[in-house]
Amino acid sequence: MKYTEEHEWLRVEGDLVVVGITEHASTQLGDVVFIELPEVGTVAAKGDEVVVIESVKAASDILAPVDGEIVEVNDVLVDNPALVNEDPTGEAWFFKMKIDDMSVLDDFMSEDEYNDYIG
Amino acid sequence: MADLKRTVLHDLHLELGARMVPFAGYEMPVQYPAGVMKEHLHARSAAGLFDVSHMGQVILHCPPEALERLVPVDVGGLSEGRQRYGFFTDQGGGILDDLMIANRGDHLFLVVNASCKEADVAHLRAHLGDVVTVVEDRALLALQGPEAERVLEALAPGAAAMRFMDVAVLDWLGVPLLVSRSGYTGDDGYEISVPDDSAEAFARALLADPAVQPVGLGARDSLRLEAGLCLYGHDIDRGTTPVEAGLDWAIQKVRRRGGARVGGFPGADRILEELEAGPARRRMGLLPKGRAPMREGTALYAKAEGGEAVGTVTSGGFGPSLNAAVAMGYLPVDLASSGTRLWGEVRGKRLPVTVAPLPFRPSTFKR
Repeated sequence: MKYTEEHEWLRVEGDLVVVGITEHASTQLGDVVFIELPEVGTVAAKGDEVVVIESVKAASDILAPVDGEIVEVNDVLVDNPALVNEDPTGEAWFFKMKIDDMSVLDDFMSEDEYNDYIG
Repeated sequence: MADLKRTVLHDLHLELGARMVPFAGYEMPVQYPAGVMKEHLHARSAAGLFDVSHMGQVILHCPPEALERLVPVDVGGLSEGRQRYGFFTDQGGGILDDLMIANRGDHLFLVVNASCKEADVAHLRAHLGDVVTVVEDRALLALQGPEAERVLEALAPGAAAMRFMDVAVLDWLGVPLLVSRSGYTGDDGYEISVPDDSAEAFARALLADPAVQPVGLGARDSLRLEAGLCLYGHDIDRGTTPVEAGLDWAIQKVRRRGGARVGGFPGADRILEELEAGPARRRMGLLPKGRAPMREGTALYAKAEGGEAVGTVTSGGFGPSLNAAVAMGYLPVDLASSGTRLWGEVRGKRLPVTVAPLPFRPSTFKR
């Protein structure tokens, strides 16, 4: 797993990258009540807002961590947004991206580096 | 969090695992480990304990009628041992603060908002003179929910016999508790003023009952929103009148035209006129379609496309008991009727929202 400074985790699955948010992020967000997912086929540039998460406290965005095409989204979250609090690093992945060059993932943090980052 | 004041329950909040945030000059618990959703639902199904010690407690040694110079409320007719909701108005008919007013026999006891308390005290002193004492040595706790009566009665006998808006001094192990049967969640419950040096022990005694869980400001906000209650500085302020805000029920007949003590409060001309002719806009409930919350500041439109905004959301979020997004805001009277379809602009998209009556759920006060 790789981690971004925006508290996303990235997991390689074949030629796809699976994206979710970390336990730390889900705790900070509080109870998630609404999720808006991108459409499959969306071509996103790094930094694009691709997912909207609304918690009991506030709205926040998930940014595309890298350039790529969204090829699958986790529709389960639309009906059960609380899954993001229950299993953020497992069942509650948000989307899968197809990217051209997997080596861009090398730039992201390792688990140890992320744990240092969140202190 | 330098320069922030702390309540006397600060250490207890930390021990309970609270996340503390700045609020109205205080360091306050926004949530405990259970989280906003569970805290909210617990307060609705059992009993929630809230630290509201940041709010101002004020004693007035004046005849009750004297306060009527500042509030459009029947204070003179308020019996000893009873409490009433009210608001300080300004010359334009706007609201300076909302508050609770209790008749304690030889004095009035007020509870005012934390963010307004210094201004309120200055306002009281300027108009009523040297009759104002700010209570600096008592905490304020709220115990809310269907189990509140049983829990408090077990500690302080007499609580169960109180009716909604009664005020009494009850004894807890020799400690005098100033108790009102009231609160701000829309459910039955109590607010309890307790001497600082007994506050933590009393809070622990309440928490020792398995029905009681601590509740932070996050759930306090969603609870009052579902109950259709105003948050000062958001739903009401100097730019809104009590009539626009739908608080006309708190202006008793005796203070209206034709009443024995009509007017005599700041902004009376406008407020009395609005009571008869109706306001130009009204605070209404808003039920967004779907689960996406429409938060404070969301612009409201009469059409799915084009046109000017017809209003703005003043409070909005997710209502855990309703399992739906809820909001409220001011609308021109021609749109301020239940069932009217409007659109709220969220992230550049206009989403449907239906005008609804307040509160969103019926209150469960013990009248």
